[in-house]
Amino acid sequence: MSVQEYFSLVVTDYTLRTITLGTAILGIVCGMLGSFAVLRKQSLLGDAISHAALPGIVIAFLISGAKNSNMLLIGALVSGLVGTFWISGIVKKTHLKSDTALGLILSLFFGFGMLLLTFVQKMPNAQQAGLDKYLFGQAATLVESDVWLMAIVMGVSLLVLLLFWKEFKVQHFDPDYSKSLGFNTRFLDVIMTTLIVLAIVIGLQTVGVVLMSAMLLAPAAAARQWTNNLGIMIFLAAVFGALSGIFGTAISATSNNLSTGPLIVLVAAVFVVISFVFSPGRGLLFREIRHWKNRNDLQLHKTLHFMYEIAKTHEDISHPHKVKILNNFQGYTRNSLKNLEDREYITVDGAMWSLTQKGYNKAMNLYNQQENSYD
Amino acid sequence: MTSAQIEIQLIACIVAVACAIPGTFLVLRRMAMISDAISHSILPGIVVGFFLTEDLNSPWLILLAAFSGIITVVLVEYIQKTGLVKEDTAIGLVFPSMFSIGVILIAKNAGDVHLDVDAVLLGELAFAPFDRLIINGMDVGPKSLWVIGTILLLTLTLLITFFKELKISTFDTQLAATLGFSPVIIHYGLMTVASVTTVGAFDAVGAILVVALMIAPPAMAYLLIKDLKRMLVLSAVFGIIGALLGYWVAHWLDASIAGSITTVLGVLFFFIYLLAPNSGLISVLYRQRRQKVEVHLLTFLLHLQNHTEKSERHINHLYEHINWHKVKAQSVLDLALKNNMITIEDSIISLTEKGETFTSEAINYIITNKSAAIEEMKDRFFLFRG
Repeated sequence: MSVQEYFSLVVTDYTLRTITLGTAILGIVCGMLGSFAVLRKQSLLGDAISHAALPGIVIAFLISGAKNSNMLLIGALVSGLVGTFWISGIVKKTHLKSDTALGLILSLFFGFGMLLLTFVQKMPNAQQAGLDKYLFGQAATLVESDVWLMAIVMGVSLLVLLLFWKEFKVQHFDPDYSKSLGFNTRFLDVIMTTLIVLAIVIGLQTVGVVLMSAMLLAPAAAARQWTNNLGIMIFLAAVFGALSGIFGTAISATSNNLSTGPLIVLVAAVFVVISFVFSPGRGLLFREIRHWKNRNDLQLHKTLHFMYEIAKTHEDISHPHKVKILNNFQGYTRNSLKNLEDREYITVDGAMWSLTQKGYNKAMNLYNQQENSYD
Repeated sequence: MTSAQIEIQLIACIVAVACAIPGTFLVLRRMAMISDAISHSILPGIVVGFFLTEDLNSPWLILLAAFSGIITVVLVEYIQKTGLVKEDTAIGLVFPSMFSIGVILIAKNAGDVHLDVDAVLLGELAFAPFDRLIINGMDVGPKSLWVIGTILLLTLTLLITFFKELKISTFDTQLAATLGFSPVIIHYGLMTVASVTTVGAFDAVGAILVVALMIAPPAMAYLLIKDLKRMLVLSAVFGIIGALLGYWVAHWLDASIAGSITTVLGVLFFFIYLLAPNSGLISVLYRQRRQKVEVHLLTFLLHLQNHTEKSERHINHLYEHINWHKVKAQSVLDLALKNNMITIEDSIISLTEKGETFTSEAINYIITNKSAAIEEMKDRFFLFRG
């Protein structure tokens, strides 16, 4: 399928439009709330909750007896919340650390879910097959009501974020200050955790248990590299999330046999890699360039200082010297000489060099901390 | 019991012990989530290995898969070292990406691969005895038994050989480095063992049960015991109990073995979490409540010591002054009376000699910043604890 065909299909084809819209909205929700998860250092909570949701889904199925999507979501929400609060209970009340608590809840809840799942598989109920999609996610099963639900969750989280913006901001960067201001930190915590669990639960159907954590983290981790401002970070994360959803769906639609969930995650991962490498402030590329520049400057300064030590012994600082005497000096190259000349620190005449007044002053103050010697 | 049943239980027990050993160190080193990451990110390794060998129990496949587990660890560490994101975020980014690559590799070659993502994640212990290892026409047992048995032997050998190094580097990295053990080598050695164990076990019990067996038994042991050697033994015992009990529960319910082993572990953990003598929830809550009352008592005694005038020491006045509820004030008052620290005459409270000494000593510890010594002091003075 070509790109044009794809775009015309998005407009005309009901299924494709629903899926694209659904994954995009999911990306936005996950990006927004994931930013908080990353900043709260709860990145792996998403992984734990998505696994912990399984027993809830299965129990809801066993109780309701039918594959009513909303019932299953409520089940997932309840068991996800139970898991989350048990995790914080373990961390607060015992000496087990958060990673152990996360791993425990993740594996124990999921295992329990698997046990329950075997009972479902024995039921003579044709609808049972639908449960599998929660494990590995099937964006293709999204219908309009699912998208509406996602849109509602997006609206609610946006509203809550706007309402409690100041409180959340203070609480995430300075919890003690927030407490001393009299904000009800426990209440805010519960609200944020509930929203994150909600986002995970609605995403399960689309990308599945395993990949949900990346859906939550990747856009936020990518956005974090571009800005130090929380508002901009959340906005960027939402954009990255939406783009991952749209591109992932597009790639999966144009090449058959590839499931949407993994593709969305891989697209998000590409965003992360690009941000890690190319972001101007924190990116690896620019960091390397800065290091390289600093190293060069350092060598240049060393050479300049060496010249200064020589020139100092003469009455006339611009007394010419042979280039040869620099030969055994580390850091001296033809390039660095030229570089020094470009900066008018020295003048080169054939095989002789001489320090200029500017270079002399510069070299004199080179190791003087008081003087701001950056240039 | 049929021989297949015995074999299944044997495999489950060996897997449990093989997982408990690296698991203990992972839990102590605060890297428990790495086991989850490894268990998912071995998928691409398994898929590639399966293309090449067409055999889920081939040693090459196990090595390849373990290698992709190690790549995950290296990647996580590299990302973490750049300082762009925290360690947990790095873990959360790497393993879903690896897993996605695995899923896509399977989907791309769906025609010629008989490999199911479900099978990798969930495993099916009940089928393990059907895949036999045949040497020279002789049936020597299920393949997975040999695979995991070899891994357990290797792990045990490494554990015994490097026990001292592992112990020191786990509890004091800097000391280990100054003594000349490379923390990096020990770290990657541990990661390699964890990866190999995960890969060796996933076929039989599934990735999730591997994670459960690696984390839950050591966590339970850690709640009960603080000695490394005993913790290792106890985690292995818990693992075996979980495996055997889980097997029979599954047998009785006719359900997934991996699921029921995990569930049994979960129930065990829940009880230990509640009831562990010193670190369990109930004992922690009890201790916190007691400490709270005892702090109140100390505040109360200090108040008495500070005020010699009678009006300040009248019972009713105290209720108002320290601003406590009646019930709370009464319980503190009772505690002080029981411990012979105060006497009450005509509703006027005064410190006894013992109360006097206790308060002076306590205040001395507090102002010299040795509050911890107060606990020991309580043992000396208190006849009844709060």
